[in-house]
Amino acid sequence: MGAWVDMVFVLLVVIDLFVLASSRLGAVIRAVGVQGALLALLTVLLASSAHDLGHVLVLAIGALAIKAMLIPWLMFRAIREAAIRREMEPVIGFVPSMVLAGAGVALAFAFSGGLPLPSPGKHPFLVPTALATVWCGFLLVVSRRKAVTQVLGFLMLENGVFVFGLLLSDIMPVMVEAGVLLDLFAAVFVMGIVLFHINREFSSLDTEKLSALKD
Amino acid sequence: MTDLLARALFQAGLVLLAPPLLLGIVNRVKALFAGRKGPPLWQAYLDLAKLLRKGAVYSRTTTWVFRAGPVVGLAAVACAGLMLPVGGQPALLAFPGDFILFAYLLGLARFFTALAALDTGSSFEGMGAAREVTFASMAEPALFLALIVLARATGSLSLSGMLGPGLTGAWSAAAPALLLALIGLFVVTLAENARIPVDDPNTHLELTMIHEVMVLDHSGPDLAFILYGAAMKLFLFGAVVVGLVQRSGTAGPWASRAWFLLGVAGFAVLVGVVESVMARLRLTRVPQMLVGASVLSVFALVLLLR
Repeated sequence: MGAWVDMVFVLLVVIDLFVLASSRLGAVIRAVGVQGALLALLTVLLASSAHDLGHVLVLAIGALAIKAMLIPWLMFRAIREAAIRREMEPVIGFVPSMVLAGAGVALAFAFSGGLPLPSPGKHPFLVPTALATVWCGFLLVVSRRKAVTQVLGFLMLENGVFVFGLLLSDIMPVMVEAGVLLDLFAAVFVMGIVLFHINREFSSLDTEKLSALKD
Repeated sequence: MTDLLARALFQAGLVLLAPPLLLGIVNRVKALFAGRKGPPLWQAYLDLAKLLRKGAVYSRTTTWVFRAGPVVGLAAVACAGLMLPVGGQPALLAFPGDFILFAYLLGLARFFTALAALDTGSSFEGMGAAREVTFASMAEPALFLALIVLARATGSLSLSGMLGPGLTGAWSAAAPALLLALIGLFVVTLAENARIPVDDPNTHLELTMIHEVMVLDHSGPDLAFILYGAAMKLFLFGAVVVGLVQRSGTAGPWASRAWFLLGVAGFAVLVGVVESVMARLRLTRVPQMLVGASVLSVFALVLLLR
């Protein structure tokens, strides 16, 4: 059991690194979706006591539905609409960004042991994974040119916040749910890109003009 | 005493005889994936025998370096084979820090192959040597980081200890770290042996090839030595990967040797599958993959150190 939880945490961080190293948007979207699914799994695995099981299940199913299904679907739609496949020229190259990510991960794992936590006895990888994911998401937001990749970076950052929220899920469940709600913000963001694209294409946001796309 | 003799015979025999068979398995898997029947499994032995019977042609511009290249390359790789534990048993030659000698014997082989390529005076071979050395300089940190992870996990500085009985405890204590190191090692294996995501062992005409271009001027027995050395190197890396996965322990020495042989055959099948389902990466992506392998190993090390 403990080894499996370790494995999930490590997989979350490996996905962070993969997302920074990959230039294919489809693969990145899939990776972020898998990360969302892993977060749902993690919520269940880390449920400390049975009394708030319903709460935990709602959280897990919410994360699965929004992070692993709805948002990847929206993102795939967005790249299909915008007809982009790859992030061509990042501001920070793929190798440097991977090295930066590796350094951030190493620092997160090395120093998070010294941080004081409100509730002791949590899994030792929880805080470093959250910090590493936030760092990688942040890196993705600032180092890529395409709006789609930036949104994916934001989603990853949000995934990190969600992991951090698991730390507090016993004390203040409202905070955790607020984290899930942030996802809705992300969804709006995604729609924003689509709208922007429509806007650029037709120099108006009037959806009536979309019918002109029909044969 | 008989145990030692059995160990010595098994290790020497395996390192000397098995490598061409490994190539046969890889090629057979690739052929099956492509829908062909493929050459027989022992084709590489026949190729080597044929090459050994031929004479060698030497260009007038070459010096003794060119003739020394294949010999030194094969000898260095064979020496490295002595330090590798095979079949769950300790290696014939084991001392603290032998993994550094292991890595640099392989480095010596590469150095002499590159020198021999430069010695021909051909700009084409010089380009291949430059590429090989460039990628090797990135594969080396990845290899060492993975080995350091093993050293840290098992508390041993010798390959026999790193891939020996200490591993069973290490897998139960730090499975994620070892898994990351395993992935890193496998990527290094593909890069070091000029396998497909990095280099295509079958090309001779592409401008993107790396390793094969360096050996274009070798012929006859020299080429046989090079091919044999390359196969042996693939076997050595395979033995490291299999040794990392294999749990030595309760089974008797011969049972664990049998498992080891099976594991190496499985490794060859895996390499063949990777070669069949992947396309070769662009040259600019190769450093990225190797840096990625290093980063994974660094992450594994951090997991162990915290």
